Order: sequence, then C-alpha cells, then structure tokens
Amino acid sequence: MEAVLKMATPWLILILEALVLLVVALLHVAYTTYAERKIIGHMQQRLGPNRVGPRGLLQPIADVVKLVAKEDIVPSGADKSLFYLAPFISLVAGATSLAVIPVWEKFALANVNVGLLVILAMSSLSSYGIILSGWASNSRYAFLGGLRASAQVISYEVAMALSLVGVMLMAGSMNLSEIVKAQVASPFKIYAIPQIIGFFVFMVSAIAETNRTPFDLPEAESELVAGYFVEYSGIRFGLFYLAEYFGMVVMSALAVTCFLGGWAGPFEIPGIPFFWFLVKLYALIFFYIWVRATLPRYRYDQLMGLGWKILIPLALLNIVITGLIKVLV
Amino acid sequence: MAPTVEVVQKQCGHPEWEEPFVVNMGPQHPSTHGVLRLYLELDGENVVKCDPRIGYLHRGVEKLSENMTYTQAMILTDRLDYISSAANNVGYCLAVEKLLGLEVPRRARLLRTIVCEMARISSHLLWLATHALDIGAMTVFLYCFRDREWLLDIYEKICGARLTVSYPRVGGVRLDFTSEIIDELYKFTEEFPSRILDYETLIDVNRIWLKRTKGIAVISAEKAVNLGLTGPSLRGSGVPYDVRKFKPYDAYDEVEFEVPVGKIGDTYDRYRVRMEELRQANRIIRQCLDKLSETEGEPVVAEEAPDLLMPEKKKTPQAVPHPKKGFLVKGAEVPVVPEGEVYVSIEAPKGELGYYIVSDGSGKPWRVRVRAPSFVHISSIPELIKGHMVADLIAVIGTLDVVLGECDR
Repeated sequence: MEAVLKMATPWLILILEALVLLVVALLHVAYTTYAERKIIGHMQQRLGPNRVGPRGLLQPIADVVKLVAKEDIVPSGADKSLFYLAPFISLVAGATSLAVIPVWEKFALANVNVGLLVILAMSSLSSYGIILSGWASNSRYAFLGGLRASAQVISYEVAMALSLVGVMLMAGSMNLSEIVKAQVASPFKIYAIPQIIGFFVFMVSAIAETNRTPFDLPEAESELVAGYFVEYSGIRFGLFYLAEYFGMVVMSALAVTCFLGGWAGPFEIPGIPFFWFLVKLYALIFFYIWVRATLPRYRYDQLMGLGWKILIPLALLNIVITGLIKVLV
Repeated sequence: MAPTVEVVQKQCGHPEWEEPFVVNMGPQHPSTHGVLRLYLELDGENVVKCDPRIGYLHRGVEKLSENMTYTQAMILTDRLDYISSAANNVGYCLAVEKLLGLEVPRRARLLRTIVCEMARISSHLLWLATHALDIGAMTVFLYCFRDREWLLDIYEKICGARLTVSYPRVGGVRLDFTSEIIDELYKFTEEFPSRILDYETLIDVNRIWLKRTKGIAVISAEKAVNLGLTGPSLRGSGVPYDVRKFKPYDAYDEVEFEVPVGKIGDTYDRYRVRMEELRQANRIIRQCLDKLSETEGEPVVAEEAPDLLMPEKKKTPQAVPHPKKGFLVKGAEVPVVPEGEVYVSIEAPKGELGYYIVSDGSGKPWRVRVRAPSFVHISSIPELIKGHMVADLIAVIGTLDVVLGECDR
C-alpha cells in the first residue's frame, strides 16, 4: 500500500498542479472576455457589461451558464464526428501550451527542454480545429473561413517561429525557464531590446495566429458572418470562444517569457513570486484588446502579403544579425 | 489596384467544367445593409460573378399610394429610405406642390432645408458607421451612433418622431421650431465639426483603412454616368452633379455651400466626398438657422395648402368662395388636385431621389413612381466588383450606401 502511495504521489501532485493551473487559466480566460468587453466598451464611449453582479463582474459566469443551457444544433449534412471533435481540438491545443509556460522559477508544469517547440506545435495543431470545423459544418461561409484560417496559420506560423529563433540563439536553449534565466543574466535584462525586430514580428504574428483584429479574417463577421464557427451553437461555440482567448493568453505568456523577462521584475514582491509575470501578461492582453478597438481588418491577399513580404524577411534579417553578433562578440 | 484574375468560363458538361463555388450572401447577412441578396460565384477568394437579387423588402409603396389621399401617401415615403425620412418627405411634398401650383412660405422652406440636411448628416453618419464596421473598425461605429443619437433627439423635439418623421407636409411643414430646438441645433452645429475630426483621426490616416479603400471599386466618370449613379457615388468620380445646385429647391438657392468631388472614383474618394458633405451640411444648417431669425413669426404652411384630411374623391363644392377660383357654382365637380403629371427630384443623401406623380384630378394619386437611387446603385455592384475579392464586396456595398427599403419599395 505504502509503495503504491509512494509511486502515486508524484502523479497526484502533478494532477493537482495541472488542475490548479487549469482552473486559474480558465478564470483568466473568462475574465479576459470580461475585461475585453469592459475595456472596449469604455474605449467606445459605452459602459460594457454592468447588469450581472456588481459592475457586471459575474458576466462571464452568466455567459457560460447561458451557453451550456443552449441547444446544441448540428446542421444537416454535417460530418458529425468531425463537427463534434473540432472545438475540442482547438481548446485542448490552446490549453496544453500552458503546461510549459514557467509562471515563476519553481512553477512550470512540464519543464521540458523543447518548450518553445511544444508551443509552436500546439498552436499549429489548434488550426486543425478551425479547418475541420470549417469542413465539417457543411456551410459555405464556414468553409471559406476554414480555408482562410489554414492559409493564415501556415504563413504566420513561419514568421512566428523565425522570430523566436533569435531568442533561441541568444539564450542558447529552447527550455523556457532557461530562456528567462538567460534573459535576466543578459545586459539588458529583457530580450525585447536587443531582439526588437523579433519582438515586433512575434507580436504581429501572434495576433494573426490567434485570429484577432486586424487579422481576424477566418471569422470576419462582416464577410463570412462568423466564419468557421458560424454553424456552432451552445457550448461548442463556447469552446471555440474559449480557445480563442486561451490562444491569446498563451501567446501573451509566451511573449512575456521570451521577450519580457518572464517572472523577473525590477524588484522582488514578497509572497507573490509571479507578480511581475502577471503584470506583464495583463499589459500584453490589454495591448491585444486595444488593437482590436482601434484597427480595421486586412484583406486576405494583403494579409498574406504582409506575412510573406514583410514579416518573414524581417525575421530572417533578425536571425542573420543576431547570428553575426553572436559570432563576433 | 487589386490583382485581377482571368477566369476561364467553361460550359456545364465540358470535361474541364468545374462546379462554381456558389455563395448566397444574404438576405440575412450582417453587412448587406438590409435584405440584399447577392448570388456569388467564387474562385477561392475572388468573385467571378456577382448577381444582386432584390425584392425581399417589397411592400408595394407605390401601389399603396394609389389608394390613399396625397397627404396620407406621404407617410409611406418615410419608409423608403428610412434613414433619411425627412428628405423623402420633402421630395414628395415638392412634387405634390408642383402639381397643385402651391407656393411654400419662406420660413417653411428654411425649416425643410434644415431637416433635409439633418437627414443627410444622420444618413452619412450611419453610412460611415456601417462602412467602417464592415471593414472592421468597430470603434467608429459607436462614435457615429453617439452623434446620430443627438440628431434623432432633436428630431424628436421637432416632431415627436425619431426615425419616420413625416415632418414636412404638402404646402409647408407641420410645426414651427421652438426656440429650444434652435438653441439645440446651434449647439450641434457648433460641436459637430470637431466630431468629424474625431472620426477622421480614427480612420483617415489608418494604413489598413487606406489599403482597404484606395483603388477599390474604381469607376470612371463616364462609366458612373452611364450606370446612372448619382449623389456622392457619382461625385466621387469627379462629376460635380448635385441637384441642390443644378435645380435648387427649398432654400438651397439662398445658402452657400460647395459640392465636394473626388478624383479617381475609388472607395476612398467616395469616403472623402461624404465626409466633406457632412461639413457642408453642417454649414447649410448653420446658415438656415441664421436666416430663421429674419422670418420670425411667419406662417409655416401655405394658405391654400390642402387640409391634412383631404377628401378622397372629387369634391362636390358648396356655394362658398374659393381663394383661387372665385365663387363656385353649386353642384359642379372641381378637381381636388389638378390633372397632370409631374416629376421632381431632390438630392437625397443617397443620390438623386425622384418622384413622378400622375394625377387624374381626384384626391388620390393615379400613379406614383419613385426613382430610388439605391435601386440604381445596386445594379452597379456587378460592374464595380469585377476582379475584386469577397472582402471588397463588403466595401463596395458600403461605399454605394444602399438602403433596401428604398430599393425594393
């Protein structure tokens, strides 16, 4: 008995940790939707949600309850198994990436040596959810949305991966904790300064990767009604929605880890070791929301042009410069 | 210019024939501005064929008018272009007045000009809001609605209605402005130019906005005229045609304003033209307000104007003095509205709005025909969308500023 317990303890701890992370992340995602509605509301001279609970704070919970209670409609002619599966692929891929993010020095659920690759792989995987949902819905709008998503994700995936190569070169590691430690040891403390081009390319492609304005073509509401999830309703729609915000949180967390020095801050906050991580994360999420309130949407070919003609060459240039400096210095 | 694609049209049954990817955009679609349905054949993102199919909002306004008296039929015109109902009313009233040979008092003409230009501002604000929303800039939408709300509140103070105002009437307007309304309008005209600047800072220099509008749906002046485009859509191509200048009605000959024109006739030019028109409309309202004080206390309805309760058929007159025709003989039938036909067009916010009315001498119009700018503009969509993409289609619908209530009537 004792032996079994001894063997099971690390697993139990891991499961517990994963649960804690998931719950905290879900809360973050839920309240990111609230923050988005509130911030955009105030930017647009309106109030945002303010009916449910004090200052509308219970709005995300009300949303979830509503979505769960709604009828789950499957369109006739849809490829049922894929239709059911697609939102889960999106969500799982988005949520899994969180496991490798080092929230603080001693807390990374899976401190793997190829953390960066895991995140890149997962974000590519999440596009499967989009493509499959577009295909399975048996709807023209959803199909167009799915097509757009696949093209967009492929091209911006390249730019994003290339922009991270500079970070890998400088840190000499793909382990995210190691990257943060290397950053803190470097003269500027954060990589956003020496890797300014990489940071720029990463931020732009991260917005595209998470399908948000101005790159929200797969779900362009004015053209494709809602894009790939136009036929989804109830909680499956909710899952896509969650996945989008998970993607946003993950991308922001990755930017914080790779470019902004992770958990390290100008001074220690006693008791809350992840304070600076959260501050940076919230600042980036605010940036995402701000962009959404400001910019119009790109057209499909312009989006591709931006990706292939500007971002990828810039990222390549960044790699060359970083490499040269690394060799010479 | 967006890249054009050459598409080989292969016949059905041909071995290389591929079934086109057909998308029915609308009638329920967030950005077709109502119930427009576009039958699209797509090649990837490119539009191969676009065929507008209209009629989902047909209420038979023209036919309904034939069974109503002239004054009753006016409220139907509210429902044509419901965004600028005052302009529709004015057009209709002008046509009936021409038929009756009525002279409208100056104060009424000024008031009509003011509500017309208010309608223009509220219509252009809605256009800007939806156009920007279609292209993806959400914030502009709410900014515009904030200011449009102000105008609608003023409408409410003027006549009690916000959208379908029915404020003008045959022979003048229904009510005079109170001093409160005039103060509010002064405040609005004072404030509004800075609001226009607000919108422009949001989108005018935005690179994405420029990319989405410059060089999109270019139409040359010649082609625009041939397609029958009017209003800002025509002026965007550089044709300075404006009914307010060419055939002034109401008080437009008294006020100073410029007719803004574009250069190459792309979506951006039409956007600039409308933005400039907002400023000019504001200017016109301001001038009319100044002139209102000169006509303080004058009547706002012509003396000979028909009652709001018009008799339905031919009037059997009593032996009473008639202001125009002297002393009427008992028993003879006199036409309520003289026989004849008229065509009057005005510069509605969307373009040239014309009313063609045929009277057979009874109290009801024999035929009413509306020349709706939106109808003509929708027919030009296939021409404008040639060689563009699905996303541009939204910009094209937006830039033409169509309203389906007017198109389908």
